[in-house]
Amino acid sequence: MKLPRSLLVLAMLPLTACSTLADITHTETVKPWDRGLLAQDSLQLEPDAMQSYVDDHIYFSREASTGGKGIGGGGCGCN
Amino acid sequence: MKTRSFVLSVSLLFAALSPHTHAETAPSFKLPGAHSAVSLEAHRGSVVYLDFWASWCSPCRKSFPWMNTLQQRYREAGLTVIAVNLDASRAEAEHFLQSLSVDFTVAFDQAGQTAEAFNVLAMPSSYLIGRDGKIVHQHRGFRQKDKAAIEQSIRKALGESV
Repeated sequence: MKLPRSLLVLAMLPLTACSTLADITHTETVKPWDRGLLAQDSLQLEPDAMQSYVDDHIYFSREASTGGKGIGGGGCGCN
Repeated sequence: MKTRSFVLSVSLLFAALSPHTHAETAPSFKLPGAHSAVSLEAHRGSVVYLDFWASWCSPCRKSFPWMNTLQQRYREAGLTVIAVNLDASRAEAEHFLQSLSVDFTVAFDQAGQTAEAFNVLAMPSSYLIGRDGKIVHQHRGFRQKDKAAIEQSIRKALGESV
């Protein structure tokens, strides 16, 4: 007996769903003492706080009319 | 039936409470040290301040001078400070140690087995182990404001007047 292809696909669907779910829920926790690499300066979101401050300041002074990095307008009433 | 469920619930209650009411015995370890092997068993009878640290952890660096002070202040009273390094490479730990003066025992655990046994949840973590080998006090992280409280529990464990 030959099963229709669509039926076979339907039968396989829950299997794939299960494996994806298992992949999502499976999390490997990094031990506190294994965070040496993550603690490196080059892996910080802001490697240099002063540099980010200066960049932000310049960006805001140029883009203030559109609210800079924020969401509000600059008070010109144009946006 | 009623008595059985009562007994069950009481025993369950005790099972739930017991980790809090009884101090846990510190897991024993034997690790390579700077000169010779360091084991917890060898220090049974003295109060041990066990600290877990790594070279990349900046609060750990801040805690080192203070641990020196602790060791100097309470050596006579019977305190031993053991700092277990958890760096993956020993060279990095040695480099860190060269930049500081260390007046206490240092041990190296590259595999992190002792950290696993003590269930270390933060860096640095410290455990105060009493003369009977039981964990009296544990602490996560290192902040200047915590120093007084830790020192107080050390004095208590040593049997000194607080």
